[in-house]
Amino acid sequence: MFIIFLLIGISVTVAGLFLGAFLWAVRSGQYDDDYTPAVRMLFENEGTAVKSKPAPDKV
Amino acid sequence: MYNFKEIEMETALQTNIQTCYHCGDSCNDQPIVAHEKVFCCDGCKTVYELLEENNLCTYYSLEQNPGITGKQPVAESRFAYLDDAGVEAQLISFRNDSICKLTFYIPQMHCSSCIWLLENLFKLNPGVAETTVNFLRKEVAITYFHQRTTLREVVQLLARIGYEPAITLADTDGKKTKTQDRSIIYKLGIAGFCFGNVMLLAFPDYLAVTDSLQRSFGAFFAYLSLILSIPVFLYSARGFFTSAIEGIKQRMVNIDLPIAMGLLALFCVSLYQIFTATGPGYLDSFTGLVFFMLIGKYFQQKTYDTLSFDRDYTSYFPVSVTVLKENGEEESVAVRNLKVGDRIRLRNQELIPADAILLRGSAMIDYSFVSGESDPVEKVVGEVIYAGGRQVGESVELEVVKEVSQGYLTQLWNDSVFSKNEEKSVGTYANVAGKWFIIVTLIVAAGALVYWVPRDMDMAMKAFTSVLIIACPCALSLATPFVHGHTLRVFGKNKFYLKNTAVVETLAKIDTVVFDKTGTLTEPSAAEVSYTGKALTPEQERTILSVLRHSTHPLSQRISQDLKGEPLEVHNFQEFAGKGLSGEVNGQLVRVGSAAYLGVPVEKAKDALKTTVYVSLDGVVLGYYTFFNVYRHGLKEILHDLNDKKIAVLSGDNNHEEVRLKELLGEEAELSFNQSPVQKLEYIQSLKEQHHQVLMVGDGLNDAGALKQSDAGIALTNSITNFSPSCDAILDATAFDKLSKFLSFSRKTMNIILATFAVSLVYNVIGLTLAVQGLFSPIVSAILMPISSLSVIVFATLSVKIAAKRAGL
Repeated sequence: MFIIFLLIGISVTVAGLFLGAFLWAVRSGQYDDDYTPAVRMLFENEGTAVKSKPAPDKV
Repeated sequence: MYNFKEIEMETALQTNIQTCYHCGDSCNDQPIVAHEKVFCCDGCKTVYELLEENNLCTYYSLEQNPGITGKQPVAESRFAYLDDAGVEAQLISFRNDSICKLTFYIPQMHCSSCIWLLENLFKLNPGVAETTVNFLRKEVAITYFHQRTTLREVVQLLARIGYEPAITLADTDGKKTKTQDRSIIYKLGIAGFCFGNVMLLAFPDYLAVTDSLQRSFGAFFAYLSLILSIPVFLYSARGFFTSAIEGIKQRMVNIDLPIAMGLLALFCVSLYQIFTATGPGYLDSFTGLVFFMLIGKYFQQKTYDTLSFDRDYTSYFPVSVTVLKENGEEESVAVRNLKVGDRIRLRNQELIPADAILLRGSAMIDYSFVSGESDPVEKVVGEVIYAGGRQVGESVELEVVKEVSQGYLTQLWNDSVFSKNEEKSVGTYANVAGKWFIIVTLIVAAGALVYWVPRDMDMAMKAFTSVLIIACPCALSLATPFVHGHTLRVFGKNKFYLKNTAVVETLAKIDTVVFDKTGTLTEPSAAEVSYTGKALTPEQERTILSVLRHSTHPLSQRISQDLKGEPLEVHNFQEFAGKGLSGEVNGQLVRVGSAAYLGVPVEKAKDALKTTVYVSLDGVVLGYYTFFNVYRHGLKEILHDLNDKKIAVLSGDNNHEEVRLKELLGEEAELSFNQSPVQKLEYIQSLKEQHHQVLMVGDGLNDAGALKQSDAGIALTNSITNFSPSCDAILDATAFDKLSKFLSFSRKTMNIILATFAVSLVYNVIGLTLAVQGLFSPIVSAILMPISSLSVIVFATLSVKIAAKRAGL
């Protein structure tokens, strides 16, 4: 039955990673604007636009 | 802004209607044809050429005619102040060796083409590294290389393509506390994560088939859930505990106290059960409740990002102004450093930052900022122009007579009586309910203790904690934010914008409604004028007109529209708010104002249905102008619907409308006339001292103090992006006829909260009795716990929607 410990351990770790990803996403400002990205993704990509991560606020 | 209908009809007669390829305006008689496209003006054409040159014509394919009209050319020299290192440093939020970052507010942004163009700004100026638009906030975050370009160049580029950023005095005040609070999202995320996992681990408890699993792993599951619950207890739920403790410190009971007690009881019982291995605890319920209540909080927090309810004059004042030096050179000077005697130059659409005398040019001043009147007032050389107006037309030269901080407008704003004593409202519904809750809960819990302690110590503890847990008024804390949040949205759809959800509750408790008269009850633009008395010679008309031109009062402006003649120079001009004005023209003393101001016996003013303005020259009363007020559409219905409330009218004008108002408002209504801004404020204060819940509805700067002082202040405005004094809610003038509906609807929402609460109470009581008797299988209770929370949310949401539909909102 050791497998149960292992599996639960793995599942909690994976879930924790997702939580971490979520917190990172919020921190990097991805939840600040829930409208513009939806419009932005419809623009044609002519040329290579310089897109980098949005400016994180200095906390 | 422009009345294109007439132009449209004209061109329709000539040929087919041609609209500008850039901005979509109808082209005037002479459309400019270039590049096989039609433009309405040179400005639009220039922008098009600029975009075409840089391969940015996608701008035009995303939306039809997305451009902003270029009819008013931008004088680029006025951005000179941006070269000033001090101003630059105040605007920039981040700077290192190579880049600068800053955020601009661009009110012109309106479509996806705007987003596209603004985000491709780097194609127009290679010095720009990156631009990111937040459309809902109408903000653009710009990063640029300060070695390759300057702030001024960036702003000039934006202005050239039609997106001039709004840079105001408030931006340079260093009050940049706009960083968004994301902690609620963090809390929610963590609570959700822990809730999900604890729920999973708690599952074997509830199922008979997993009995063996539970026996061998129960302790492991329990300890793991405990570890997962600790961040929820310490971080996510912290807000409830701190608010409860704060309440206790102030010797007040708020809704968070019983919630905190319930949560604490849940957590402690679970701890006890896990450590003594007597049971699995209720950590799934604990995390679940925190999660659901945080959803409610999150829902409540959302407000209107683009509307501003706490504006003061600094958000309207420019950062700098062009000063003319003695050798005729122009120099950009920060508005704060303006001195008396400075000569300033104002161009089209620039704001007058300080009271000043006109030296050169013909000024047309748009005072919509101060009085709400949108018709520009003409000023001639020698006249004093008050700060706050906007010059329309040619550029003018002025001499500053008062420093910015001494101007009439600034003084009015800074007056200490105008600042509300910011006491937190503790009497909210939830808090009152919370108080009774805690009393009843403690009595019941103590009763259970008293009953059980002599009989069974174990049972006593159980009974005590379960009473606390069951009585946790989570339903109330869930229902309130959802009901209020939805109400906020319903109101928003009807052009009534609340500052936050707490205003809904304040509106529901209102028992006194105070209206401002001019501009609020009446339609400001629709007044009619007639003159009674000795006929005026053209010369007299001209004299009176000259004095009236100085006043921003709507009545003076209305009369001046009917008077002919060129205005003359005026000396010793004085305006007495709510009374009248005086001034000297060619040695003649002109006084214009109310009967009381000119000392006219009241009997003489027989026609009480009208507002009158008396005119005297050198102390001789010549006659009076009569105004027929035009009351707003739907006023009668509103007043009829509000007849269960005390109604009062505060007017800065005289009392000649009294009979007509009495007729409209009923005999009980209190009418006060000749009220100065401070008197209005004091009137509200005295009503509040009599424990009335006061709603003030006003429109202008003269109501600013009263709006702040009242429990709920509604600013009525013709355009929500226009100036409105700081207030609790902004009401679009077209929705004025729904005011009574808004009030009765907010009362209804309080009943909905009560109903929601009753539903969940019944739920809990039945559930508890059944559970105590062992009639529920554990799996059923495990499913019912989250469902009961969800059902509260669904019930609250649906009832508000249905109620809104019934109320016709």
